[in-house]
Amino acid sequence: MDQLAFPALGILGFACACGLSPSAHAQDVDILDGGKLLLTNGISTIEGTSGGGLATWGTIAGRETDAGVGLSGHATLVELPDYGWTSYGTSVGLFDRVELSYAHQNLDTRDVGTALGLGKGYTLDQDVFAAKLRVAGDLVYGDPMLPQIAIGIEHKRSRDAAVVKAVGAAESKGTDFTLSATKLFLSYSLLVNATARLTKANQGGLLGFGSAANPDYAMQFEGSVAYQPFRRAVIGAEYRTKPDNLAIAREDDWWDVFAAYAVTRNLTVTVAYVDLGSIATFDDQRGGLLSAQLAF
Amino acid sequence: MFLLAAVLLLQSAAEPPVDWDKEFGVEEKVRDPVTGEFPIEPYVRDNHNAGAKPFEGSAMADAFGGREGIRRIADRTVDLSEADARIAAIFASHDMVRLKRTLFEQFCYILNAGCDYSGRDMAASHKDLGVQTRDMNALVENLQQAMREQGVAFSAQNRFLSKLAPMSRDVITR
Repeated sequence: MDQLAFPALGILGFACACGLSPSAHAQDVDILDGGKLLLTNGISTIEGTSGGGLATWGTIAGRETDAGVGLSGHATLVELPDYGWTSYGTSVGLFDRVELSYAHQNLDTRDVGTALGLGKGYTLDQDVFAAKLRVAGDLVYGDPMLPQIAIGIEHKRSRDAAVVKAVGAAESKGTDFTLSATKLFLSYSLLVNATARLTKANQGGLLGFGSAANPDYAMQFEGSVAYQPFRRAVIGAEYRTKPDNLAIAREDDWWDVFAAYAVTRNLTVTVAYVDLGSIATFDDQRGGLLSAQLAF
Repeated sequence: MFLLAAVLLLQSAAEPPVDWDKEFGVEEKVRDPVTGEFPIEPYVRDNHNAGAKPFEGSAMADAFGGREGIRRIADRTVDLSEADARIAAIFASHDMVRLKRTLFEQFCYILNAGCDYSGRDMAASHKDLGVQTRDMNALVENLQQAMREQGVAFSAQNRFLSKLAPMSRDVITR
């Protein structure tokens, strides 16, 4: 049988360098650009926003500039004579323009819980979802007399609706609105902040919002002054006024003196002496605050 | 063989090498033999170009170690920035000799240490650099390091920065 010998066809072309070509240099895009000047992202407040510990500032969280995105997380302990208060949370800064944050607060009532009939160590919990928008100015640059101005919204949801209603709060959820102006006056190494807050919150929201007698929003004030003695450190003082809505317990303004230290670019540790006044009939709640913030 | 050589010769005679610089209108810049700087388009010299009012008195000049201290700080700031991966590209095609001189003059003038500023204004000198906020922050950090190494008190560092910070309006262009 005559068999045609088919010429062997070379299989060509499939052995070429068709794998991944050496990747072209990726464009130098640093999303987490981390280019903010040291400490100018502020420290995380107990409400999760960027600020000075107790007071919200016009600063935006994270170490990003207008060309990137930043991340921040915090854990804060406040040790008081009759309570233990913790706050932890996280925030995202977008282009040094927008801040989105979440914080969870937990107030351990310890023996107060027993006295109030809640049970020893009952904890009051709330979640704070916040957004802040920088609308004008720059903390450091530009017109030396134009502060960085930001508007903010903080939506707070108590997880103890039954308890806060029982103490006389009108609602267990509430929303604060803030307007902040913050400027670093370099010639004096001094940062000054002023914030106006529209709020119904009782003890920041841990005891609910408003009351039958005072159901409406009230304008409150937060002021901070901070001095930078050297590059990594800031010392300062803050004052925060609060409404006094509940009939069963007086509520006082808050103030603190603090020292913050940038251990690294990313880690800021803050200690403070805080005076939170009377909380749920237990007066003179003065103590210490310890906070750590990790920011990128 | 002879023919081939003749052809090659003819070809090279007919097509002289192209002067690409001339084709594209590139002029070779030559450093000034005295100053070591490249020539620059003429402009009006004025201390106002420094972009800030100088301090009064001698306290700031003293805090910076006088003219010699200021020169070391300006030079060090430029050296650090040139070696700083974050912003080195901005300086890649820059006349660093001129930059060191004009930066020194600007610092010296603002610190009232007895200099005139002969450089261009901040808008003109940064026009095509595409400086972003993060670049200016990086430069500030390098300047802070240079001042720190020179032993300038932090409060005096910040006082000086307070004169430079408003320049962001002309320096940051994107």
